[in-house]
Amino acid sequence: MIADMDRFIAEETSCWKELEAVLDRMDRDVAFRMDSAGVRRFHYLYQRTSSDLARIGSFAADPELRSYLDSLVARGFSEVHEPRRLRGGFSPSAWFFRTFPSTFRRHIRAFALAAAVTLLGGVFGAVTLHMDRADKEILLPFEHLLGSPAERVAREERMVNENLARGKLTFSGYLMTHNTRVAISCLALGLTFGIGTLIFLFYNGVILGAVVFDYFAAGKVAFLFGWLLPHGVIEIPAILIAGQGGFVLAGALLGRSDGLPLGERFRLVWTDLATLMGGVALLLVWAGLVEALFSQYHEPVLPYSLKIGFGIAELAALTLFLALGGAAAQKTPGGRNV
Amino acid sequence: MSNERVPSLRIRTPEGIGFSLLLAGPFVRFLAMLVDAACIACATSVLSTVLHFFAIISLDFAKALFIVGGFLLSVGYGISFEWFWRGQTLGKRLFRLRVMDGQCLHLQFGQVVIRNLVRTLDMFPVLYLLGGAVCFLSGRSQRLGDIAAGTIVVRTPAVAPPNLESLSNHKYNSLRQYRRQGLQLRRTVSGEEASIALRAVLRRDEMAPEARCVFFAELADYFRSRVPFPPEASEGLSDESFVRNVLDIVYASPDPARSKDRPR
Repeated sequence: MIADMDRFIAEETSCWKELEAVLDRMDRDVAFRMDSAGVRRFHYLYQRTSSDLARIGSFAADPELRSYLDSLVARGFSEVHEPRRLRGGFSPSAWFFRTFPSTFRRHIRAFALAAAVTLLGGVFGAVTLHMDRADKEILLPFEHLLGSPAERVAREERMVNENLARGKLTFSGYLMTHNTRVAISCLALGLTFGIGTLIFLFYNGVILGAVVFDYFAAGKVAFLFGWLLPHGVIEIPAILIAGQGGFVLAGALLGRSDGLPLGERFRLVWTDLATLMGGVALLLVWAGLVEALFSQYHEPVLPYSLKIGFGIAELAALTLFLALGGAAAQKTPGGRNV
Repeated sequence: MSNERVPSLRIRTPEGIGFSLLLAGPFVRFLAMLVDAACIACATSVLSTVLHFFAIISLDFAKALFIVGGFLLSVGYGISFEWFWRGQTLGKRLFRLRVMDGQCLHLQFGQVVIRNLVRTLDMFPVLYLLGGAVCFLSGRSQRLGDIAAGTIVVRTPAVAPPNLESLSNHKYNSLRQYRRQGLQLRRTVSGEEASIALRAVLRRDEMAPEARCVFFAELADYFRSRVPFPPEASEGLSDESFVRNVLDIVYASPDPARSKDRPR
């Protein structure tokens, strides 16, 4: 038996329209907040509309009406049933100085894995180059690294003022965006069960290992550290943190033995992944600035000791930041991460 | 009556109410993505024009701003729009699509970030081939970014409550005089049959005149076969009017006191 549909619609339309108007306002105005009476009214309207949907469900009613009520209930549902913390005030400084380092520490094993894979790649690159110098062209796909380190150092030290006269900011912008794209790829490749991230980090390590060995073998250690350390001590950990994110993603995909369904496992890590990636992006902005504006200055403009000292100071600061940032808030009873 | 051809996701609330979300397929999502790509291209072009003025001061600075600005536009466009517009970008809004949490809860910022970052992988090797293939094969039409972020993209067609006022137009319904047949009609016509007839009436203007005549003739014959009315009941009535009168009886109250179509 079909309900008295026209009466039903006539009686309920005002309620549906009122709910629709509130939902439309929520869509239009992100900052819209209701007072307690408004919340109670909204909840009443939602429940009444849900009840209407249930009523027509038993009557095989008009599909347009069903679609309309489906749409209203679906929109209302996400507003009413939200067990997670809703958008609150966001403090960029609290996020960067507390949330980011504590998230990093929470997944420290994934970072250790990323560092180990890169180190392994580095050793592989160094050993391969040591065994056969002809492999340099294969291992180092960068033209400026293919020549003799001694020649490059002599050229850089001779031409430094000419090279640095123009294009520093453009170069810096390029480095920031390029490295961030690389970091995003490294993280996203975690969805290949971590294999893509693993290969990516290993290959990165191979290049790094080969370059380090090449300059060590040529006796240009001071130039190497003076050139790499100022930006490398930030850039390399940033890429490792992106790799850490990739492995966290892979861990959620693989699931191990926690018994949770795939969706729930992803649900547990996506905020951490966004935090890690945000931190990586900021670190790479700093690294890009340093690489373009500081690392490219060699002796006699800047003494290598100063550049190496600056690099070591940065590394120490980064280590302290990642090791201790947000730790006090975690230890304090009731302290919470923002 | 549900449209079986449209993929949908059924959600059951804690109160036991079930509702459906229409899932957006790869094709319409690709169209929305093309619109978004065009928007990003336009914004980049505007940025380039604006930065020409900076080039007067410093070409290096202007180039650096362009590189960083272009990157922020390409990565930040999807993230910022989907966050501030509750799951919609310009392209999605145009095609009435919306990103939603897979459990129909609020979108979290982390979800928005992850689904946009994994886009890098979805775009592989070109033109979202990988993401499109995964979306096509996925039961919930999800690309890799959606799977990682636990999101779905749903269609939000403009819907309004049906207007049953147009059924009778307050005119005299000759079938109402036959109470026995009327009750039999209400008992035997299923909701699905009635909803097909109702859709035909509500969308009559969308049909070509000849097709409309044929269709309403078939519907009228069908209802006459289900419940035979005396010939004088439908004397002078077109097939369409007969179907309208049938619907009026089926959907409206059986109580003559509340009926707006009592014989005058």
